[in-house]
Amino acid sequence: MLQTISLLVENKPGALMRITGVLSSRGWNIDSLTVARTIDPAQSRMTIVVDIDPELRRQVIKQMNKLINVLQATDLTESLAVCREMALVRVRATAETRTGILKDAEMYGARVVDATGDGFGLECTGPAEKVEEFIDAIRNFGDIDVTRSGIVAVSMESRKLRLAPPIPAAAAGNGAEELPSC
Amino acid sequence: MSNLMSGAKILIECLLRENVECMFGYPGGVTLPFYDVLFEGKVKHYLVRHEENACFAAEGYARSTGKVGVCCATSGPGATNLVTGLVDALMDSIPVVALTGQVTTKLIGSDAFQEADTFGITRACTKHNFLVKSPGDIPQAIHEAFYIAASGRPGPVLVDIPKDVFIGSAHYSPVSTIHLPGYKFSQEGHTGQIRRAAQMMWEANRPIVYAGGGIVAAGASDLLRELVEAIDAPTVCTLMGLGGLPSGHPNFISMPGMHGSYAANMAMTHADLIIGLGVRFDDRVTGRLDAFAPHARVIHVDIDPVEIGKNRVADLPIVGDVKRVLERMNRVVAELSPFQKERNAAARKAWKDQIAAWRAEHPLIPAVSDAEIKPQHLVREIDRVSGGEAIVCSDVGQHQMWGAQFLRFNRPRLWINSGGLGAMGFGLPSAIGAQVANPGRRVFALVGDGGFQMSIPELSTIASNRLPVKIVVMNNGYLGMVRQWQELFYNNRLSAVCLDSFPDAVKLAGAYGFPGRTVEDPKEIGQAIDEAVDYPGPYLLNVKVTPFECVYPMVPAGGAINEMVLGPPKPVAV
Repeated sequence: MLQTISLLVENKPGALMRITGVLSSRGWNIDSLTVARTIDPAQSRMTIVVDIDPELRRQVIKQMNKLINVLQATDLTESLAVCREMALVRVRATAETRTGILKDAEMYGARVVDATGDGFGLECTGPAEKVEEFIDAIRNFGDIDVTRSGIVAVSMESRKLRLAPPIPAAAAGNGAEELPSC
Repeated sequence: MSNLMSGAKILIECLLRENVECMFGYPGGVTLPFYDVLFEGKVKHYLVRHEENACFAAEGYARSTGKVGVCCATSGPGATNLVTGLVDALMDSIPVVALTGQVTTKLIGSDAFQEADTFGITRACTKHNFLVKSPGDIPQAIHEAFYIAASGRPGPVLVDIPKDVFIGSAHYSPVSTIHLPGYKFSQEGHTGQIRRAAQMMWEANRPIVYAGGGIVAAGASDLLRELVEAIDAPTVCTLMGLGGLPSGHPNFISMPGMHGSYAANMAMTHADLIIGLGVRFDDRVTGRLDAFAPHARVIHVDIDPVEIGKNRVADLPIVGDVKRVLERMNRVVAELSPFQKERNAAARKAWKDQIAAWRAEHPLIPAVSDAEIKPQHLVREIDRVSGGEAIVCSDVGQHQMWGAQFLRFNRPRLWINSGGLGAMGFGLPSAIGAQVANPGRRVFALVGDGGFQMSIPELSTIASNRLPVKIVVMNNGYLGMVRQWQELFYNNRLSAVCLDSFPDAVKLAGAYGFPGRTVEDPKEIGQAIDEAVDYPGPYLLNVKVTPFECVYPMVPAGGAINEMVLGPPKPVAV
């Protein structure tokens, strides 16, 4: 079953590797993954869709939250959230197919982002199923190239972001118990 | 206040601020600038003979003290050799900081000499890791590394430092704060849950306390004892938790699980309440999960929320540091005591009687023979001189299980072994770390002839530092545990398990300049152990034991823990 995870992470080298490592080390396949900076450039927002046993969903979220670079991991699979995907489609168009393509594009709310004598570049945004349907529809007109963004999601519930406060350095490290002489 | 210092000097300053007194390591090309500063002797460095053993020694240091162990290796092969030790520390939640050199920043990614992607390789082997890109970043990384290693659920942290970062200079001023906003762990535990847990403990008719390595890590053994006595519950300690409750305590049953006692496993199976404290319901403890403790409700206290419900659903989860939780739990238990204590006294007495009956039915009794030295006999002899007070660093295999069954530990941090990973070769180097950290305490390395030969180069480290480790080789001429499985489950086809040509122990130890002895007569074993212990320095005692002894009881892999094989199959009468 596909699980949608939203992550707020520190924008640091290696953060992505740690997150994908949690999934790949357990043999879970990533369906899609998007990353971009948030308003705060020190943080990134990721949306990951991963194919996972439903009973392991909580475990995944906990594993993600355990990572030091992860500020917040949220399961959006069944919560109130908006999920959208974008596809960019290049389709060859002939004089006969041009009108049909444009009609279908309009039906799906897709925009023409490039037009040449050879064909069109189309941009379609929406829920993943709608984007898939759009791609299927355009395929009927001939060979196409598609790049999909993967799902980006935003939770519609407000979630309190719990962060660890700063602590004094070298206070929590060594020397908690009595020192051995060595 | 700041002054210009090399990265290597800054690193030493940071280690001193973390109260690091010693480290275990092996130098190399890219760590030369760091070793040049180490030469000044501000931090004592123990030169091991293989990097893997540096990490094991750091673990021995950490496991026996609770402090962070530090190891150091060069780039490439040095760093990759640390990997087994890092995973070992990760599996057993041991605080270790590993420092590795890396090739010069500009060469990273160019397949330079002795380059390996240490940061990438150790991602899965550590709790967290760092690649430091400039000398000015060293203090932050080091203090964060020590904080992460020691706090929450402890674990190994690696800091990878390129050669030019050691050499380059930065203005050093001590870091005053650490800010890791994503590193959250709850320590206190939920008050309501703690109260409900205490209530459940009183209401249970057949409670059992299941205490693990978390008790040791948190320093909660006194509180465990207080709880166990307050509710008068029978208690099992896992392989990692042995010593959490003194072995001689009347409520202590033994270790549960694959090679646990009959009584411990039967008690787990028939309990109506399992009080899991710093445990992870490991497969070696639970056996077949769907048959594990079918009648029990579960209270599970652990600092790592990932462990809650990972293997066994917890009816009452408490996420928190087991020490802090027990401090409050014991108070609530005491508050409720006057109202609860007599309620189910009859059921409680029946439960205790039942456990006593199980113990009497199949007690753990060491086999002894006049003809040959039984391995259990050897363990008993070590126990005799230890009296529950020596540190015993075990390797992995049969001797480890017999040690867990027959050694007594009066306190935590005495039984040191590779629990989760089961890394052979761990015993000898961890004994080095433990002896360095505890110069006044007797340290045994209880090793098999297999694991001993994996870390045999460390005899040199022991000799050069005159560490009075008593190395006891339980020598059965086989990789005993693998042989046992081949005997029991693979038609006794002994494939690649025979270890013939073990070196002459007297000559071997003699070559390193300390005494050694081989014994095979059961009448000599007691005196031989005494001689080893009385010698004021390292001693190698090679004990030839019965080769074909198996560890019992045994729960076959995938079996339920109440379906134990209690002993060798009886010969069938013809």
